Amino acid sequence: MERNQLSRQINRMRQSLFDQGFLDEQFVQLEQLQDEANPNFVEEVVTLCYRDSYRLIHNLEQALQKSPLDFNQLDSYMQQFKGSSSSIGAKKVKAQCTLFREYCKSGSGEGCFRTFQELKKERTALKNKFEAYFQLKRQAGPSQIASRPK
Amino acid sequence: MENGFSSPRSDVFPVGLRVLVVDDDPTWLKILEKMLKKCSYEVTTCCLAREALSLLRERKDGYDIVISDVNMPDMDGFKLLEHVGLEMDLPVIMMSVDGETSRVMKGVQHGACDYLLKPIRMKELRNIWQHVLRKKIQEGRDIEGHDVFEGLQILRNGSDRYDDSQFLRVEELFSVRKRKDVDKYEEKEFGETCSTKKARVVWSVDLHQKFVEAVNQIGFDKVGPKKILDLMNVPWLTRENVASHLQKYRLYLSRLQKENDPKACFVVGMKQTDSSLKDGDGNFSVCSSLGVPQTDVTNSSFSFLGDNFLHNVDSIGCEADRKRVVQEQTSEPKRAAATELIKTRCTHMKFNNSFASVESEGKLVACYPWVEAPQMKLKQESKPHQVQINQLPSVSSISSGRSATEKDKGSSIESKDCSQQMVHLNPPKPPTDSFSGKAKSFNEINDHFEPISTATAPLGVKNQNVIDLSSISTDLGSGFPFSSFDEDLQGYLIQDGCYPKNLEQIIEFPDYGDPGIFTEGPTHLYDAMRFGYEYSYDPTEYPVIDEGLFIA
Repeated sequence: MERNQLSRQINRMRQSLFDQGFLDEQFVQLEQLQDEANPNFVEEVVTLCYRDSYRLIHNLEQALQKSPLDFNQLDSYMQQFKGSSSSIGAKKVKAQCTLFREYCKSGSGEGCFRTFQELKKERTALKNKFEAYFQLKRQAGPSQIASRPK
Repeated sequence: MENGFSSPRSDVFPVGLRVLVVDDDPTWLKILEKMLKKCSYEVTTCCLAREALSLLRERKDGYDIVISDVNMPDMDGFKLLEHVGLEMDLPVIMMSVDGETSRVMKGVQHGACDYLLKPIRMKELRNIWQHVLRKKIQEGRDIEGHDVFEGLQILRNGSDRYDDSQFLRVEELFSVRKRKDVDKYEEKEFGETCSTKKARVVWSVDLHQKFVEAVNQIGFDKVGPKKILDLMNVPWLTRENVASHLQKYRLYLSRLQKENDPKACFVVGMKQTDSSLKDGDGNFSVCSSLGVPQTDVTNSSFSFLGDNFLHNVDSIGCEADRKRVVQEQTSEPKRAAATELIKTRCTHMKFNNSFASVESEGKLVACYPWVEAPQMKLKQESKPHQVQINQLPSVSSISSGRSATEKDKGSSIESKDCSQQMVHLNPPKPPTDSFSGKAKSFNEINDHFEPISTATAPLGVKNQNVIDLSSISTDLGSGFPFSSFDEDLQGYLIQDGCYPKNLEQIIEFPDYGDPGIFTEGPTHLYDAMRFGYEYSYDPTEYPVIDEGLFIA
């Protein structure tokens, strides 16, 4: 049945996000928070996170253009960004954040630049995955519905 | 939702707990709000520290607990923490994505009653009510356990909602007390006691000044809440208010002293060790003979020690208690908490018994947190005392449990060697190392902070074997107004460190993943620490009131 197929597809997609290391436990926490009062909680949080972290990405980009680099400032921004990414369980992104902070500590501008590029890539990749995932979920409709009409 | 306290009908204590969440990250704010709502707490969010402060000031009694991120754009989270503790005397939990030791320690020093690492899990939030209860118990300590009994009732009523095993412990904890006081309270309506919520005393600069003058006048070594109260001549102030403030003050002072000369702590300890070693040994055997069953970490960790132990508890530093448990992100946050707690106790114990090992282990590290304190002090503009004191009370943390466990792990602590063992428990590591990565356990923190003695003696009780803080003060020459800390202070300090055994359960150290952590050895020691207080050495009575500044 169409719905079953869709459900299975959604589940597979979700599972792959974990298996491929895009997401961690925190995402499950978010899912558990979703309920009748907040039926789209997960999507809302993810959207909010991306929107807010965009500001931090922008700050980081600007800071990386300074010369000389202010590693403390960079580290501080990255800490905020990491906090934000941790909220949705963005595992790969977080790993890049940690790496970036290491480079800040060791004062490696080159390392920071490279890591930042990677970070942005991961962030975008995850964003695309999320978009596809949520789209499917919306298609499937609220889980309370026993079966779709037709 | 109604505040559990004000509604006698509410049968589950934590329901309606009023939480104020402060975080500049809107995503986390949203998540935390949802999590807390799921715990049936009443949540208020704000994204600015100043806004939070004004909210708190507007409704003095409007919140039960504050959760705040460490990194806020408009004000340092630690500053906010201080303000809240000082002005409102509410338990504050710090949060951060950064679990670096120094940060955590800073939180502890500033009086945080817990330190959560992001990402925060719901179960960590579920238990925050325990901090509130703890604080209430601490405040109500002098009120013959009124509040404690209340708390007990509350917990009992809430038992259907929470793990029964926890509450079982609570029952045990309070059982003796119950026996003693049950007649008094039996006819009392639960609702009655429940609805009378004590108004918080705000220790303004002036008030504190009066307090300090009174203390100076009386003489620090002879000071007692009643005397201070009389001298202060503030009609609306109660003896309990003064008692709890005195305790905080003592902690603050002892902490400052330690900061000034970390080595001195150890030196003092050493002296004390010799004299108290014998007692210590004896006590330990007493302790062990008490035969408090130590099942697993979560449950038993702290058995009740005999009153003898009181003598041994050293008063030096409740700092260990203050270490806030850093919630480990990954697997065992609870364990950390528990070990922290234990650790704190351990440190106390260690102090009493053998400082040789302490020193050799380079336990100077223990003074670590205090060492930072002076800087903090400097930062305070006009109310150093208040600020510091502020930090003191809130320090108590579940962390002590953790430390103990760590220690247990490290060495089998037998009663005889316990002090030594404890000292060595956590292999000394540079703080930074132990805290690399996210999962930081308070164990490690505690390791560094080991010799934090907590005063065991309650007000007015003299602990003969308590470390003589006066020597510390003279050594340090920190310019304190008081010439010596006497046993009372020590007593107070220990108090802060101690904490009823059952409370630990209440406080909930979430799943200790490793029961092995809490070995049987030192637990009784810890209990001893806990017992340092009050007017009688009846161990059964202590747990109820024990925690002193453990923070809530």
